[in-house]
Amino acid sequence: MIEFLASRSYFLVAFLLTGIGTYMLIGNANLIKKIIGMNVFQTGIFLFFIASAFVEGASPPLLTASAPYVSPLPHVLILTAIVVGVSLTAVALGLIVRINDAYGTLREGEIQEVIPDE
Amino acid sequence: MSDLAALIVAFPMLFSVVALLAGLVRQETGWPVAVVGMAVQVLVAAALANRAFEETIRYVVGGFSAPYGIELVVDGLSATMVLLVAVISLAVLAYSRVAGPRTNAFYAVYLLLVGGLTGMSITGDVFNMYVFLEITGLAAYALVASGDGGRSALAALKYLIVGTIGASLFLLGIGYAYIATGTLNMVDLSQQLAEVGYTDPLVQASFALLVVGLFVKVAVFPLHAWQPDAYAGAPDSVSAFISALVSTVAAYALIRIVYTVFTVEFLQANPVAQTLLAAGAVVSIVFGSVLAVSQNEIKRTLAYSSVSQFGIVVGAVALANETAMIGATIHLVGHAVMKGGLFLTVGLIATASGARAVDDYEGLIQQLPLGAGVFGVLALSMVGVPPAVGFVGKWYVVLGAVEAEAWPLVVVILASTMLTLAYFARVLERIFFRDPDGGRVDVSRLSIGMQVTVVVAALAAVALGMLAFEYGQMLQPTVAELLA
Repeated sequence: MIEFLASRSYFLVAFLLTGIGTYMLIGNANLIKKIIGMNVFQTGIFLFFIASAFVEGASPPLLTASAPYVSPLPHVLILTAIVVGVSLTAVALGLIVRINDAYGTLREGEIQEVIPDE
Repeated sequence: MSDLAALIVAFPMLFSVVALLAGLVRQETGWPVAVVGMAVQVLVAAALANRAFEETIRYVVGGFSAPYGIELVVDGLSATMVLLVAVISLAVLAYSRVAGPRTNAFYAVYLLLVGGLTGMSITGDVFNMYVFLEITGLAAYALVASGDGGRSALAALKYLIVGTIGASLFLLGIGYAYIATGTLNMVDLSQQLAEVGYTDPLVQASFALLVVGLFVKVAVFPLHAWQPDAYAGAPDSVSAFISALVSTVAAYALIRIVYTVFTVEFLQANPVAQTLLAAGAVVSIVFGSVLAVSQNEIKRTLAYSSVSQFGIVVGAVALANETAMIGATIHLVGHAVMKGGLFLTVGLIATASGARAVDDYEGLIQQLPLGAGVFGVLALSMVGVPPAVGFVGKWYVVLGAVEAEAWPLVVVILASTMLTLAYFARVLERIFFRDPDGGRVDVSRLSIGMQVTVVVAALAAVALGMLAFEYGQMLQPTVAELLA
């Protein structure tokens, strides 16, 4: 069992990260920490893709190198996903600035108290 | 000519940049730019749809041949979505000229959202679909936040967090499918997934992640929590636009993923997958309606109504036969027109009278006959009164359910009509059968554009009902190919 996990340590870390990220996202009352949790969650997924590209004993995907090659496609995909993640974080932080201006706090519970009854 | 498939995604994005740049020269110039852009979009979409119903258009982006490059595929179903997105976004513009928001940044994001939705509708590559899903998401979050005050920002943040989780699960699902097959092209994936075997855990996990990710975007109960806040917190034009299109295109993506990528054989090999879809549908229909009845704010009632109506579409996807799929498509189009129209009408009523709660609607027929009448027509159409389009969609789905002998689903969908009546009857009773409580109504605040748009929506809901059977026949070859 331990050996099995050790041989797949990258995947293990990837899923630990998604788990930790999800927990932060749900468990933290502070909105900024929620966004950090969201980033950790996404990073776990990115790592999962990158780990999947790994090929034992392979060389970089260059014509001058010898076969077998590692798969370059997941890296390209994740580069795109990282850009998406950065934009999401930017929008989220922009919204948080507005929420802070409107309610004067970033803690979930306190905001709920400030909001007039819907 | 087939370059149109690529241009139709590029056009709105180009105009989005133009709208933003025009704002640097002069304030409040976004609206004319958006109108020109959307008028072109409608024409291009119509030209594309005209050809797509005859034969499927395939376009390879940048000359990288499929399955390696990104392929754009326009069949009858995609063409329907592209045309729907173009027409609705043009119609909402007619409403928003006076109703606002008026900044150039708003129209830039608006056009970006159109680009994202169009891209999702015609892409033939799953990762490309993820990227468009995120573009759509980002633009939608920003639009929801374009309202005043903290409420819309809070609603947008909630939408962003939940939406990102949904999209990330979708991405993880793509990762699983990619690891299983080594390809991202939808058609190629469907063949290679079959070779890997439909009962392979990797393939099953991939299906579950993709479907659950899209459930979040479609707002299927219990993953709908972002939706009422987002619709209620956004400005009226935005609520109408988003409620009409964003979940609709997400539901289209669900159809693509389930049938083009995983195919009907996958559902047959995994009855539990079909059960997952059917369970989501039933729960959504029932709880969406129940929650809609218990709301006081009218926009939240309409938002929960969407949860319930999309349950019907997901139910049709679970049924996996032609009749139900035609019904799902008609209901998607019909729901977009009806729900978009209802949100605009609610906005119009609020602009004239300030009424936003169900109780404020008492005696509205005497004070604002136009708004009240349009609301009545659209609400009854949503309930499924023939000959309106709401009836035709449900009719096909129920027929499909009977064909598939899925009796529980037949019962739930028929019951959903009663449930829909339950939450609209509350409002209609107040509008038509009570005396006004003396609130002031100022009709002069309504622009001609606002009034024309809601009337056109009501007329369209009825007219589409008449055309829907014909459209169903037109769509039949596309659906047959989809389910083959």
